[in-house]
Amino acid sequence: MTDSAWIAAALAAARPQALSALLRYFRDLDRAEEAFQEASLRAIKTWPEKGPPREPVAWLVFVGRNSGIDQVRKTRRNVPLPADDILSDLDDAEADMAERLDNEHYRDDILRLLFICCHPDLPATQQIALALRVVAGVPTKQIARAFLVGEAAMEQRITRAKARVAANAVPFDPPDAVARAERLGAVALMLYLIFNEGYSRGHSDEAAARLCDEAIRLGRLLLRLFPTEPEIMGLLALMLLQHARNPARADAEGNLVLLEDQDRSRWNGQMLAEGLALVQKALRHGEPGAYQVQAAIAARHGVAQSAAETDWAGIEQLYGLLEALQPSPVVTLNRAVAVSKARGPAAALALVEPLGERLETYFHFHGVRGGLLLQLGQHAAAREAFNRAIALAGSPAEAAHIRRHLDRLAGLDDGKAGSA
Amino acid sequence: MLYAVLCYSDENVVGSWTKEEDDACLARLAQVQDGMDQKGKLGPVVRLLPTTAATTLRKSSTGEPLVIDGPFAETKEQFLGFYVADCDTLDEAIDFAKDLAKANPVQGSYEIRPLSIYKPSGLKP
Repeated sequence: MTDSAWIAAALAAARPQALSALLRYFRDLDRAEEAFQEASLRAIKTWPEKGPPREPVAWLVFVGRNSGIDQVRKTRRNVPLPADDILSDLDDAEADMAERLDNEHYRDDILRLLFICCHPDLPATQQIALALRVVAGVPTKQIARAFLVGEAAMEQRITRAKARVAANAVPFDPPDAVARAERLGAVALMLYLIFNEGYSRGHSDEAAARLCDEAIRLGRLLLRLFPTEPEIMGLLALMLLQHARNPARADAEGNLVLLEDQDRSRWNGQMLAEGLALVQKALRHGEPGAYQVQAAIAARHGVAQSAAETDWAGIEQLYGLLEALQPSPVVTLNRAVAVSKARGPAAALALVEPLGERLETYFHFHGVRGGLLLQLGQHAAAREAFNRAIALAGSPAEAAHIRRHLDRLAGLDDGKAGSA
Repeated sequence: MLYAVLCYSDENVVGSWTKEEDDACLARLAQVQDGMDQKGKLGPVVRLLPTTAATTLRKSSTGEPLVIDGPFAETKEQFLGFYVADCDTLDEAIDFAKDLAKANPVQGSYEIRPLSIYKPSGLKP
């Protein structure tokens, strides 16, 4: 790694902290971003010569604040800018800044910056784009690629989102415990949205997979700020355990490979280990939440050496717990899949049938139901369900998966006709 | 004499590397390790997961020890991994750490500490 790569990593690491401190100071997202940008440029210029500062974040905040003030002055009256050499002796100022910018302060600042991005008026995709651009510092071009839109369109989307959040400012007073918990919940959800956006296509699309990496990075940041929150541990664990499977999720042609068919030796062992450690840490708290339980389910899959060794009874129980915490027909459907593995298709179908009304238009409902009917030998009903599923498939991979079932069904029926 | 070389760095910065940068850095470090290994001087090499995955057990003066999440110390640099190496002199240990430092340009420090007890076990990864 060269100097410039190290500086790039240091700037990326410092960004959320420095930018959120600048935002508190300027109370304006655009101005804070400009100030951070300016400080970063000076860092790239001066750090290689003078060596990196002891406190990079404090340095960036200090320099950014000054340049921001300069900017304000410059636009007001045309006074000359102070020369670069003012920055040569920052040590005292730095230490002073560092003391004032302690962790407590940072925590609410960064949380606020993230929370600003989850503005309820913004559609989810705009929240995600804004957070990636502003907090994570992902270049617009990269975000555009991950979302499969043009750079100009993404630029416009982010600009519009910024205007929206600026018009409806989040108060700058330190939040009380309730407000803080609410913000944390909203931010956690947004990180999971970023992750899912990436995960949905990450097996075949590197730009999308990068979103998962960013979500995990922001998740680690959030957990460092709230190191005792079991749900944040659960969220990070869930993302790590799912993303660990990414290398095994596509075949040579880029088609999605289902969990049970994946080559488990290709899973990312480090992510798996970190995820498992976090699940165990979280569960010790005895305050189960939806992220923790989903992470615990992912962990059961993660520790199984093969699909056949999966602890389906344990997974069924965990889905039961998830149903109690967060009742939804989709969760019940997932429990039914676990039931079918643990106790057979008849028990599972009994769970699935009552969901028909609410999951009428849900691809997986018909797919799962078709699979259960197939196992029970009800071929005509299975074919009907698979046909419904194919009509609702959201991607070619989903459709191909169902088509394989239909082909198998056709083969079975042919075989029967032949023997008759 | 056996030395431990303890690696401290800002895990925020290390965590901001792209996979390519991380792989490249690990490859350079592997070269340094190989040099020691070929001389039969390299012991265990350990990289730790982030401190967010850590749990601390703190002894209390009375009763049960306390189990808490993570190391809370607000230090800029975290303990990220360590080496054990067999070096004839302190200078040799320092040279080893210098080579490691060269391979990994991220800011940080290496604490070079002689070992008191060393029990290599049959533990396989």
